[in-house]
Amino acid sequence: MEFKTFVFYFLSAILVFAGLRVITARNPVHAALYLVLAFFSASGVWMLLQAEFLAIALVLVYVGAVMVLFLFVVMMLDINLDRLREGFWSYLPLGAIIALLMVTEMALVLGGNYLGLFESSVPQAASDASNVQAVGRLMFTEYVYPFELASVILLVGIIAAVALTQREKRKNKSVDASQQVFVKARDRVRVLQMPAEKRD
Amino acid sequence: MTLAEMQFLTPDLRIAAAEIFILLMACLILMFDLLAKDRKRTATFVSTQLTLVGAAVITFSMSSGEISYTFSNMYVADLMADLLKLLLYLTVMVVLFYSRGYILEREQMAKGEYYALALFATLGMMVMISANHFVTVYIGLELLSLSLYAMVAMNRDSVPATEAAMKYFVLGALASGLLLYGMSMIYGATGTLEITAVAERLFMGQADQTILVFGMVFLVSGVAFKLGVVPFHMWIPDVYHGAPTAVTLFIATAPKLAAFAMVIRLLVNGLIVLSADWQSMLILLSVMSMAIGNIAAIAQTNLKRMLAYSAISHMGFMLLGMVTGVVGGDARFALNAYSSSMFYVITYVLTSAGTFGMILLLARAGFESDEIDDFKGLNKRSPWFAAMMMMMMFSMAGVPFFVGFFAKFSVLQAVVAAGYLWLAIVAIIFSLIGCFYYLRIVKIMYFDQPTNSLPIAAPLDVKVLMSANGLAVALLGIFPQALMSLCAFALLRSL
Repeated sequence: MEFKTFVFYFLSAILVFAGLRVITARNPVHAALYLVLAFFSASGVWMLLQAEFLAIALVLVYVGAVMVLFLFVVMMLDINLDRLREGFWSYLPLGAIIALLMVTEMALVLGGNYLGLFESSVPQAASDASNVQAVGRLMFTEYVYPFELASVILLVGIIAAVALTQREKRKNKSVDASQQVFVKARDRVRVLQMPAEKRD
Repeated sequence: MTLAEMQFLTPDLRIAAAEIFILLMACLILMFDLLAKDRKRTATFVSTQLTLVGAAVITFSMSSGEISYTFSNMYVADLMADLLKLLLYLTVMVVLFYSRGYILEREQMAKGEYYALALFATLGMMVMISANHFVTVYIGLELLSLSLYAMVAMNRDSVPATEAAMKYFVLGALASGLLLYGMSMIYGATGTLEITAVAERLFMGQADQTILVFGMVFLVSGVAFKLGVVPFHMWIPDVYHGAPTAVTLFIATAPKLAAFAMVIRLLVNGLIVLSADWQSMLILLSVMSMAIGNIAAIAQTNLKRMLAYSAISHMGFMLLGMVTGVVGGDARFALNAYSSSMFYVITYVLTSAGTFGMILLLARAGFESDEIDDFKGLNKRSPWFAAMMMMMMFSMAGVPFFVGFFAKFSVLQAVVAAGYLWLAIVAIIFSLIGCFYYLRIVKIMYFDQPTNSLPIAAPLDVKVLMSANGLAVALLGIFPQALMSLCAFALLRSL
């Protein structure tokens, strides 16, 4: 067995195992950590396919940013594990039917010899340069217009977030001395006239 | 091909000068707004309006009448784009003018961000109008939608507005997904995302038909979502109703121009070879929109909601022009049909701006004036504005010698010329049904007793603008020929 093939099977095995553990782990924090592992192995598989850019983006964006955020949220939330598992048996029949359908669909696609799916092979790399270089170069030459506009969309996202969440400045409790000296006695004490009530 | 062999032409930035100007000004306005102490944001408002005037000057002076491309063919400038952009600036200016009083009375909306978001939305629409690449269509659409979602939600403490923003956001994201999926399918079939190149490959018959038709179906669905035609219309009534009226006015006007441009770019410029397929889809969408829009509008008691259903039926009517472009491989009627659609959408935007503007004119702090009953006896309170509203309603209903009549007439003419007599008859029947709810507003204004007798409190400039808007509806009805031939000329030089 070639070393590359070995690496592929090694990574794939970890990927499948981690994927399984994501849905079977009882502790949500463990599930999230297994998801990180799954992402990491998947990026390794992409690296084998010489899609470095995708691999790096997956690690940087998903593992680095999204999953960390996810972990924080999961740790902050007070999740009642027993409540989550309630009703498992009553959902099982429907779940089983959906799972069966999905397995059938996958079998149809994977057993695709009849459908001619395997005739298409992995395309050859379009350029001798590395992926990152090619993507970067295209982004700043041919695709510069949508690329710049995408940054405008992010800017609009920031503006929207600020405009929608920012409340007025918090009322400061310190005393403004220049205003304070103008205070009058009737501003501090208010005398109310109330009808006297009889005590019972 | 190696990287060294890749040819790259430095884009000609002058062609896209208007877009660059708007973007720069939006950022500057946003920055200087931070320093503004003025609660009314007069400086921000004035500079936003001046930006739009400036963009109009740039677009007008850059307009050469030739089709020119830049940014690696992702951006196209042609006469249709120039005309639509000029109308777009005008619409946004009018909309902001009408909205001014309304947003000043609502504390959370009276912020500089409102104007910046309006400018960014305008930029998004300009990008859509000038797109010659699926990616640019999509990016422009997202820029527009994202700004609109934020504008709808800006009145944070209003529960209906927040709910409307949420619905708009979720359904808008779904529609974008459909559109993207369709685009990716077409990319798979043709190997390119450039709209003119897609048309070329299709013309040479180098595409997998199954994938192509699959992609086209998703593309049409995505476009239908954005236009708000049945069965992709469910967001329209809720968003129109829930959003603050100033934002409803914005959503109901300017984006329709951009959506028209999107239909032209994607379906006519890109997929004209498949016209037989998408035309039959559009016929279905159009007939259903006219039916459901006009019938559901009758049952509404809220004017904004009624106008939302009316918008659905109008967009259905507008699509009628698009379905009659190519008949049996014969494109003789195409120009006539598409220009009638363009005329229709322009006049609809004009009338719609006036109608929602009237709701804003009557609204005050703490009073929305968006129920139909709020218009009771308007004639006793202000005969002049009741007459303006009557003209808008007549125009929308298609009463002769108002501009809406000529718009409907020219579309029907195109439909009949293309041989779809039955379609014309269906359209006329539903328009007649639609007359009922427009004329009911007129009846309420003139024959019912007013519930309050307060005079109209709007400032003079808004009143003048509203009068100009109403008179434009009347005058264009008497002299529709100039605008009609302008539309035809612009499309002739662009397609």
